[in-house]
Amino acid sequence: MSNALAAADVVTQFVCRQGDRCLVLSHRLQQCITHAPQLEEELAIANIALDLLGQARSLYTYAAGRIGPDLTEDDLAFGRDADEFWPPALVEQPNTDFALVMGRQLLHDLWADELWRAMRSSTDPTLAAIAGKAAKETAYHLLHASTWVVTLGDSTPEAHDRMSAALTALWPFVDELFSTDDLVASVAALGVAPDPATLRRSWDARLDAILEDATLTRPTGQARPPTGRDRCSDDLRAVIDELHELHAQHPGARW
Amino acid sequence: MVRRADPAAVAADVADPEMPELTLGDLGIIRDVSIVHDRVSVRITPTFTGCPATSVMAHDLEAALHAAGWPDVEVLTVLDPAWTTEWITPTGRAKLTAAGIGAPPSLAGGFDQAVAAPVACPRCGSRHTRRRSLFGSSLCRDAHVCETCHEPFERVKPI
Repeated sequence: MSNALAAADVVTQFVCRQGDRCLVLSHRLQQCITHAPQLEEELAIANIALDLLGQARSLYTYAAGRIGPDLTEDDLAFGRDADEFWPPALVEQPNTDFALVMGRQLLHDLWADELWRAMRSSTDPTLAAIAGKAAKETAYHLLHASTWVVTLGDSTPEAHDRMSAALTALWPFVDELFSTDDLVASVAALGVAPDPATLRRSWDARLDAILEDATLTRPTGQARPPTGRDRCSDDLRAVIDELHELHAQHPGARW
Repeated sequence: MVRRADPAAVAADVADPEMPELTLGDLGIIRDVSIVHDRVSVRITPTFTGCPATSVMAHDLEAALHAAGWPDVEVLTVLDPAWTTEWITPTGRAKLTAAGIGAPPSLAGGFDQAVAAPVACPRCGSRHTRRRSLFGSSLCRDAHVCETCHEPFERVKPI
């Protein structure tokens, strides 16, 4: 599996990478289920996780089909080692408290909203179609996350401080979302996806408006220095190992 | 020559798995039905990307068309153009209200306006309602409560 993906064209690798982002964030949210502060929130988190899982499935199905007719979405989700997944580190971050979960969601959803809306005019028609659906779903995720960040930020001192601490903890992972490597530069040159740097100005302005409503200030911490991709983080390995557990014990299991 | 039902009519009449009061035709998820050399092709648009009902819909469509005398059936999922609640028919909207589920507002003024628009209670018609959550018991619905009749209700959310 790993060789097939490594040998695939840049579009396929990029699509798979977007699938990794959606799958890992979906799994992080699924880990929150039964820990939400209220029943409505259990449903909301489960719904958002399911939307992200659906997006991951569309992306993996498309990428698998591009690699070969015999590959399926499951080969990409379950047939790769954790080291072969490439989500942005932001979505790997563990669920330390509800403020962290909603802060992570806000930073991600705002970025995903910019990405999907830009990708609706991708030169790749399938990716444009996936983006068209995902953009609609992401608009709800973003509204949900921003509502919670404002609610918690503009609340009791404890809620305010925990929301603030969550954003500070997540901030080092923001710059990666807007950074470019060879793969991202290649798909941008093809018009398949935007150069992520071009999304930053709008992302900054929209985030500042939400933080102002939340009586929060934008963190000033430094970006996490690039670690290279020789091996994945312990957080990512933990997520993927858990995700793979059933499949590893019962290969090819079906409902 | 065996008489067989019109496959487009059969497909449109299949019940939605999650809201069985509505048919797939009412929901506007069937893009087209074509027949080539006795093979029926149905193209459907899923409501939400992750909707678990999509595979059930495909299964139910095949079963209904088989029962109507069409043994060779394929159901294809198309993503573009993306499904929108604007495609729910007037009949579908009336069935939703009758089932106690709010019908979605128009998206003519854009997403933000549709989400912020007042929601009428499907039971008593009052517009004195409040949203409890942007998400409900399935991907396509959000949760509200009526301040007049005090009943909680769900509504198909605009998308």
